[in-house]
Amino acid sequence: MAKQYETVIGLEVHVELATKTKIFCGCSTAFGGAPNTHTCPVCTGMPGSLPVLNKQVVEYAAAVGLATNCTITQNCKFDRKNYFYPDNAQNYQISQLYLPICRDGHVDITLEDGTVKPIRIHEIHMEEDAGKLVHDDWEDVSLVDYNRSGVPLIEIVSEPDMRSAEEVIAYLDKLRLIVQYLGVSDCKLQEGSMRADVNLSVREVGATEFGTRTETKNLNSFSAISRCIENEIARQIDLLEAGEQVVQETRRWDDNKEYSYAMRSKEDAQDYRYFPDPDLVPIHISDEWLERIRSAQPEFKTEKMARYKEEFGLPEYDINIITDSKKLADLFEATTAICNQPKKVSNWIMGEVMRLLKEKEMDAADISFSPENLAKLIQLVEDGAINNSVAKEVFAKVFDEDIDPDKYIEENGLKQVNDEGALKATVEKVIADNPQSVADYKGGKKQAIGFLVGQTMKAMQGKANPGMVNKLLQELLSE
Amino acid sequence: MNVLDYTAVGLGKAIAKGETTAVEAMQAVLAQIEKTEQEYHCYVTIDAEAALARAKAADEAIAAGTLTGPLAGVPVAIKDNLCTKGTLTTCSSKILENFIPTYSSEAVVQLEKAGAVMIGKTNMDEFAMGSTTETSAYGVTKNPRNPEHVPGGSSGGSAAAVAANECFFALGSDTGGSIRQPASYCGVVGMKPTYGTVSRYGLIAYGSSLDQIGPLCKDVTDCATIMEIISSYDKKDSTSIERKDTDFTSALVDDVKGLKIGIPRDYFREGLEPEVKEAVLNAAKQLEAKGAIVEEFDLSLVEYAIPTYYTIAAAEASSNLERFDGVKYGYRAKEFEGLHDMYKKTRSEGFGPEVKRRIMLGSFVLSSGYYDAYYLKALRVKALIKKAFDEAFAKYDIILGPVAPTTAPKLGASLSDPIKMYLSDIYTISLNLAGLPGLSVPVGTDNAGLPIGVQLIGDCFEEKKLIRAGYALEQAQKGQVE
Repeated sequence: MAKQYETVIGLEVHVELATKTKIFCGCSTAFGGAPNTHTCPVCTGMPGSLPVLNKQVVEYAAAVGLATNCTITQNCKFDRKNYFYPDNAQNYQISQLYLPICRDGHVDITLEDGTVKPIRIHEIHMEEDAGKLVHDDWEDVSLVDYNRSGVPLIEIVSEPDMRSAEEVIAYLDKLRLIVQYLGVSDCKLQEGSMRADVNLSVREVGATEFGTRTETKNLNSFSAISRCIENEIARQIDLLEAGEQVVQETRRWDDNKEYSYAMRSKEDAQDYRYFPDPDLVPIHISDEWLERIRSAQPEFKTEKMARYKEEFGLPEYDINIITDSKKLADLFEATTAICNQPKKVSNWIMGEVMRLLKEKEMDAADISFSPENLAKLIQLVEDGAINNSVAKEVFAKVFDEDIDPDKYIEENGLKQVNDEGALKATVEKVIADNPQSVADYKGGKKQAIGFLVGQTMKAMQGKANPGMVNKLLQELLSE
Repeated sequence: MNVLDYTAVGLGKAIAKGETTAVEAMQAVLAQIEKTEQEYHCYVTIDAEAALARAKAADEAIAAGTLTGPLAGVPVAIKDNLCTKGTLTTCSSKILENFIPTYSSEAVVQLEKAGAVMIGKTNMDEFAMGSTTETSAYGVTKNPRNPEHVPGGSSGGSAAAVAANECFFALGSDTGGSIRQPASYCGVVGMKPTYGTVSRYGLIAYGSSLDQIGPLCKDVTDCATIMEIISSYDKKDSTSIERKDTDFTSALVDDVKGLKIGIPRDYFREGLEPEVKEAVLNAAKQLEAKGAIVEEFDLSLVEYAIPTYYTIAAAEASSNLERFDGVKYGYRAKEFEGLHDMYKKTRSEGFGPEVKRRIMLGSFVLSSGYYDAYYLKALRVKALIKKAFDEAFAKYDIILGPVAPTTAPKLGASLSDPIKMYLSDIYTISLNLAGLPGLSVPVGTDNAGLPIGVQLIGDCFEEKKLIRAGYALEQAQKGQVE
């Protein structure tokens, strides 16, 4: 019988924090910008410059620690990680090795079969991001942009508690939600604001020792992570089946080619010569400060789901989707607070909002329209001022430009026509112009009325009350 | 009176009274430089035209009444590891041969605000690593008291410039004695303040946890006055301390009655030259004669200060100097193949041997497997050294001892034996490890006419006690000469 293997996975997840300024200077953290415009002597490593800690970073890191059940290190400090590379202006990165801000936490993940599994968190530490190297092969030069240098990061290091790609994705999704709900990061994998390194080994089922692990970097989407894990499991099992050894090394994933290649082995591992950064004083997080961070913790997904069910009686499926994004949940709550129609709000989100997001390939976090305008639109439909098809058309404008629906339907004359006299005149004209359809209808082809309704709506630029048109047609045709 | 004979404060007063001007003072200094700089080589960079323009601007502001204060219009020399906006800042290293900062260090900004006028940048041991100013990439500085001898280091250019009247006062930096020892060798006054008193922003770091900026000047009055100006709480430096007690000139009184002075026996054992010993003990007697209570005691742990210091300072330096890599600024090797080779050649060609030695030493003590045995152990000894001082300061207001075991050595006598050079730092470095303030005051000369300094050591934030004792000592010296 063939050997049965088990996979062991631990993750190092980097999350870029959404502070306005960098971790050790006052430069902007805004994404993009012309190269080296969000820089100063500190984040470009000029001689004599000194770092000064941005306290917001401590608060964000501690908030993530509290949300992941960690112990907060109330006396922590920064260390220097020394290595030479041009994207690293000082040739050392300010990070935390000896006393990271958070330790010994866990998050519970729910698997597809409903089982809940805790994934332990070894530590969370604060550090600074590096700049970006641009290699110009044409000119045979490399250029460096320090705009990202000094952008604050936290690194969340898990224990090797995951056993499959499914568990990894569930864990990442949980972290993403926590971080998003806390508002400490926008967690966009593509822009690099959330990055994961996968530590993976395989062993025979029943073995007590871990196998030799590899670390794979450059994973910037959930699907890339899944593909990489499946690929690495297969690679390691193939090696073992062939009687070879897995080499402890760092590998780099190429998602286009769907394979990874070795970057450096353990033997080439650098000695980072970590030591406490003498330019920064130890950080003391007082009980009072910690309590303030604790009391500012938001309601997370699990609690929100229970409340939505109880308070609004929404279907579980809808609740799950709405609470899966802080932005959607906020939109839902704010809109409901204005119009007091939770089911209708939920329907709009589940329907048109999700449809447009998909169509425009947008992330819910990028939604920019205001809850006020969605609430107004719902009220206009409710009042019969516009019909559903006009409402969808107006919503597309709300979604794109956050227009005021009241003004918009006024200015574009989209108000629903409920005036029976006006409707009757049009319906009569449609009947007169379409004798064939009328004959069909009268001859028993009842579906022919659909065509006549359509013609009437068209004649009235879609503004007719469709219920009334239907009723009028039936009345007039049965005369 | 010759304008060059003024102290900094004396010149400030004369300018304020209209007896002379900043431009006249600057012209006098530049004329003196013209005369003696060739021989002493105190400076790396002098821009006479810019210095005169700055002096002219100061005179205008003084005339307009917008610039007041004791040092308005007074020419100052700045050690070349302090960044100066628009002026070459080399740390006396080839690797920074073309580095022009876009900002000034906070201490320089404070001096400029007070109206002091920069002459130029003074020579030093490369990256402040050395005790003689002979490790400079731009030539050695000679001791104006006797040009066959070194001026000390690493702030040797600053001390020599003061001694040679090539400036009215200077800024230096002190990581292990780099202000106090050259002050002693050149017969001028020098102070290393309590760690955190003067902002380190813009000081090109050697050992970040030990570095402090301080004055080199003609007398204790100048010292107290300069200290008031450069001491400032600075949010840009996380190790800066907010102090409310920086009215240092209030301590300029000739009164040491009841002041308890401890003489550490450990500082007077083998290695100390008899003439230095005699001059230092004589200074203690002078203070005793003015009513101070002088007592001998055992400080302990003195022999551990040197290995502890060279472990910590080198470790920090190895990391601080990583940024000099040829990528962003400074020297880059002309020919190389690929990034790694560029780093290797740039740093091999750009740094001198003493700097390389300390980078290697520092990298070693921080490397995996040695961190606990060396670096961490050094931090523990540092804490014990601080404790020994705490115990001493429970009994004494001031500790008095020599600055260095000898007077200034001859040029070329020190570099061949680095260990011997390191050992000469024995009395000064423990203050940096403990963060304490120290004042070096001239108390005489040896038979060869080379100056001897006494070191006054205070507890943290007790600079005023040092200034009071230093001032009393200065008055006593004057009495002796007259």
